[in-house]
Amino acid sequence: MINTALENYNHKIAAASVEDMVLNMGPQHPSTHGVLRLELITDGEIVKEVIPHMGYLHRCFEKHAESLTYQQTIPFTDRLDYLASMNNSHAWVMGVERMLGIDKDIPKRVEYIRVLVCEMNRIASHLIAIGTYGIDIGAFTPFLWLFKDREHIMGMLEWASGSRMLYNYIWVGGLFYDLPVGFEERAREFVNYFRPKMAELNQLLTENQIFISRTANVGVLPRDVAINYGCSGPMLRGSGLKWDLRRIDNYSVYPEIDFEIPVGKGEMGTVGDCWDRYKVRVDEIEQSLRIMEQCLDRLQNELKRTTDFDPRAKLPRKLTPKPQDYYIRCEGAKGELGFYFMHTDARSEIPFRAKVRAPSFNNLSVLPEIAKGVMIADLIAIVGSIDFVLGEVDR
Amino acid sequence: MSFEDIKLLLTNTFGADVIEGEETGGLQPALLIAPDRIADVCLELRNNSKTYFDFLSCLTGVDYGVEAGRFGVVYHLASIPYKLQLTLKISKEHDRTNGEPVFKSVTPVYRTADWHEREAYDLVGIFFEGHPDLRRILLPDDWEGYPLRKDYKTAEYYKGIKIDF
Repeated sequence: MINTALENYNHKIAAASVEDMVLNMGPQHPSTHGVLRLELITDGEIVKEVIPHMGYLHRCFEKHAESLTYQQTIPFTDRLDYLASMNNSHAWVMGVERMLGIDKDIPKRVEYIRVLVCEMNRIASHLIAIGTYGIDIGAFTPFLWLFKDREHIMGMLEWASGSRMLYNYIWVGGLFYDLPVGFEERAREFVNYFRPKMAELNQLLTENQIFISRTANVGVLPRDVAINYGCSGPMLRGSGLKWDLRRIDNYSVYPEIDFEIPVGKGEMGTVGDCWDRYKVRVDEIEQSLRIMEQCLDRLQNELKRTTDFDPRAKLPRKLTPKPQDYYIRCEGAKGELGFYFMHTDARSEIPFRAKVRAPSFNNLSVLPEIAKGVMIADLIAIVGSIDFVLGEVDR
Repeated sequence: MSFEDIKLLLTNTFGADVIEGEETGGLQPALLIAPDRIADVCLELRNNSKTYFDFLSCLTGVDYGVEAGRFGVVYHLASIPYKLQLTLKISKEHDRTNGEPVFKSVTPVYRTADWHEREAYDLVGIFFEGHPDLRRILLPDDWEGYPLRKDYKTAEYYKGIKIDF
């Protein structure tokens, strides 16, 4: 079949540059959060159409995954959503463990450590989302404050894994290392230190009148549109739907943990506007702190470190699952993070096909729909509220 | 609704030939659907009040290898009201010589499929009939070949510049 889509697109741009103005935003524009290029067809200050162009950060993850073993691919998964690497490798590892049928044999302490570090990473990711969103809107201070606090998390995760951002900490069947001595105490100290900081943030940014005027009633994403476009995570919850895979799929030790799912309520404007999405992230940090505390309670009491505990004891010698297809989905920091494995050779450690269902990719795809007819300044607010990471969009 | 119920529902609505087979060996069973009916099946599964598969989680284009000579697409559907998951598969024989394999687009049913089908076209080289804007998405528009095909050879030149590493 002859594909005329590219010609049609070129015609559209040529026609638009006569009647309207075509404006390129990115790939170096700071408010596109990475190397995203948005082609805007504008009529004065009004955005008539947004055409996102991506792929500037394409690293052939799926091709790499087809030539490396399951264990060797874990460092590559860290580089998908590089702001929440732990969540990525957790999803990948859980998928492989379920295919191998060893997901029930993982020691409880290992599972709790995994959830603990994932939630710490989720907080770090949300802190960046909130901080850079403040910058987009014009508030510089929250960014600096939140980066200072994020640095504590980075330091702790570096202490545990040896690396600041790309950890390679969660392995199939266990962990790279046990937590270092004193980590639990330090993490508890952080939780107690950080709680009051969130109250400060709320005073500084959440209830800031300028911030509210810039974000409330802007970029409203109705719930049915969100579902149809495959939005997930804070995007979908901001539109008022209680959909959190940590509760729906009850994976890992989340069923034993008590936490709430914050949703957008339209407190400042309409349900599903930029402020709601922002607020969901703020509330999620609160919940992640609660999850951290509960994990620490267990890790310091009944699952205490023992001298003979080895987090690598259950590592399988060979990662050769039965030939099958498996789709694992997890709640990453940005939304539903899925990995689809197609395994055909019983003696091979390499998947025949591996596909990433990246939450940012789907969340970003709704942008042309909700950015129709907005002002250019509001487009910045909408782009910031989506909170995508280009490492994951482009893979 | 169980897997068997969904199968029954589809055969009652579309006739027995809509389901070409099933894969039940692994942890997640999959239905093999007749390739031409996929859009109708998705629409029915989305709108039927007993299933409401309103969320397309993932769409994967697959090249089954040179010997197999098959291309396929895998759909992972999720139902938010009923908390269900379902895997649908379609596949078709194609010998790689005469253009790209052609499948029906599900974009009218799920807008998620828009970018996912563009990605499948970009990387695996599957043409989706009825897609509104089937351009390459991750690679440059003038890229030659489809990198996720099993017979893909790494390009030596890009726009006359040698790629040496």
